Amino acid sequence: MSVLHDPNPLNPNAIEARGMSIYYGAFRAVKEVSFSIESQKITALIGPSGCGKSTVLRSFNRMNDLIAVARTEGEVIFHGQNLYGPDVDAVEVRRRIGMVFQKPNPFPKSIYENIAFGPRINGWKGTKAEMDDLVEQSLRGAALWDEVKDKLKESGLSLSGGQQQRLCIARALAVEPEVILMDEPCSALDPISTLKIEELMFELRRQYTIIIVTHNMQQAARASDYTAFFLMDQDRAGMLVEYGPTDQIFKDPKDERTEQYISGRFG
Amino acid sequence: MANQARVGVEGSSTVLSGVGSETLNLRKRSRPGEKFIQGTLFICGIISIFTTMGIVYVLFTESWRFFGSPEVSISEFLTSTTWQPRVGEFGIWPLLNSTLITSFIAMVVATPLGLGSAIYLSEYATPRIRSILKPILEVLAGIPTVVYGYFAISFMTPLLRLIFGTSTVQIYNMASAGLVMGIMVLPLISSMTEDALSAVPRSLREGAYGLGATRLETALNIVVPSALSGIIAAFIIGISRAVGETMIVAIAAGAGPRFTFNPFEAAETMTGHIARISSGDLGFDTIDYNSIFAIGLTLFIMTLVLNILSGYVVRRFREVYE
Ligand SMILES: Nc1ncnc2c1ncn2[C@@H]1O[C@H](COP(=O)(O)OP(=O)(O)OP(=O)(O)O)[C@@H](O)[C@H]1O
Ligand SMILES: [Mg+2]
Repeated sequence: MSVLHDPNPLNPNAIEARGMSIYYGAFRAVKEVSFSIESQKITALIGPSGCGKSTVLRSFNRMNDLIAVARTEGEVIFHGQNLYGPDVDAVEVRRRIGMVFQKPNPFPKSIYENIAFGPRINGWKGTKAEMDDLVEQSLRGAALWDEVKDKLKESGLSLSGGQQQRLCIARALAVEPEVILMDEPCSALDPISTLKIEELMFELRRQYTIIIVTHNMQQAARASDYTAFFLMDQDRAGMLVEYGPTDQIFKDPKDERTEQYISGRFG
Repeated sequence: MANQARVGVEGSSTVLSGVGSETLNLRKRSRPGEKFIQGTLFICGIISIFTTMGIVYVLFTESWRFFGSPEVSISEFLTSTTWQPRVGEFGIWPLLNSTLITSFIAMVVATPLGLGSAIYLSEYATPRIRSILKPILEVLAGIPTVVYGYFAISFMTPLLRLIFGTSTVQIYNMASAGLVMGIMVLPLISSMTEDALSAVPRSLREGAYGLGATRLETALNIVVPSALSGIIAAFIIGISRAVGETMIVAIAAGAGPRFTFNPFEAAETMTGHIARISSGDLGFDTIDYNSIFAIGLTLFIMTLVLNILSGYVVRRFREVYE
């Protein structure tokens, strides 16, 4: 943990990508992306399918390490340190930068165990009562407590899709990360569950930095503070076209391609 | 189903191309090829069912003769610890006991090694290493059991005698047979377990890694429990394979039923006994001859129960991932 201590607590940027390129084998999926993500804000990554949004997102907690052919160049700065530095432990990075996936993926365990798993593997040493408390806090944090408080022993898979996704959010909260990455967290959900998750994101913004990939333009417009628009160049490498406050991107885009995309003319 | 799908596609393309509904032909067509294949497959199924039924029938009728003869009683068969046909003692326990001990030793060897190698292959090994190791395990699975038997008697037994002393370890003994049987079941357990582990969706692993789990934590806390039903099924199939194994025990565990719990002593297993007795020239319908069917029936019931159990475990504990 000491690897990632904060040299400058006033730094408003949670994460900063510097000249980041990501390759799958010989194919360059992301080309020289540089941008800074502000703390305790919601940043949306948008763009057409295959432009590298997931790849960029997954590079922020070194999830791409799990893909044998993936390789990252450039730097990702978190608390003043390059996450791709030689002696940074990816496991530690992922504790601090949690992730929620496109498809809800609760573990085939009880609701309680789904939450308790993260703290336990991270060396949690408290009493049973403290764990009960942590489970409750995490579920409350994910706005799921009232729906599941009477069935914590039941399998996480017995929940509805929207509830499962909130369980996955609760699970991520339980390890107390600073940043939460969300890759299209609502794409498998109905509109009401989607709205619930969006409300939840606003709540979470007080404590956490959130980066979300979404294909839903309305979602990006209403639920994010900043928006980053990605597009593929002629070699199919993803690049950052425009990045700024969500209002500006949607109302007054500087780049013609951004304007075309958000008005639905291509992509 | 295929029929419906095809009709659906034809129907929609007709509509799309704007042709009138008179040309749309939905009438049933005869497909002789389809009928022929279906019939052939049906006959294949029937043959295997009849064969099984025939075997079960023979087992039961011959056992019936055995239990019907005045020298034998079912209660003696089930409780006595002596099996000596010559003096009319027919207690299954010496044979059963030795079967259980050799199988137990085999599983003590095969379970941890099988589980370990499966976890290694599915969670750790790079594709290159896997492409080297898997064929080796498959070769292990393809070795004839008679070779394993000679491996036991010519390598394992001398090794045991060297370690524990020739006075402790008899030339024929259950330990040697059990250990080698463990090596024999290992590839079966390993490959079934690996299949179960690989079937765990990648998304579950990512979920664990995303919480800061290491490879080992992910493997032991998420992947193995998620695949538990498959692993238990592999374990049970492994036991029934060990219980039914004949050649290795016939060669290395010794001839002659003996009721002993000492794995370093010789004791004949059920399968070993059947093999030995049936290779001698026994008269049809002698009590010795009929006794082997009673043993066979016991074996059959044991493996049947194990198989039903494994089917039950797979169904009962199968994880629904989505
Ligand atoms: N594991 C992988 N191996 C090889 N290539 C990959 C892999 N994952 C993604 N890619 C490639 O990288 C490029 C970017 O993929 P990525 O998943 O980041 O796109 P995306 O913007 O998230 O798309 P979508 O909106 O469809 O999710 C694509 O061309 C894709 O084919
Ligand atoms: Mg994606």
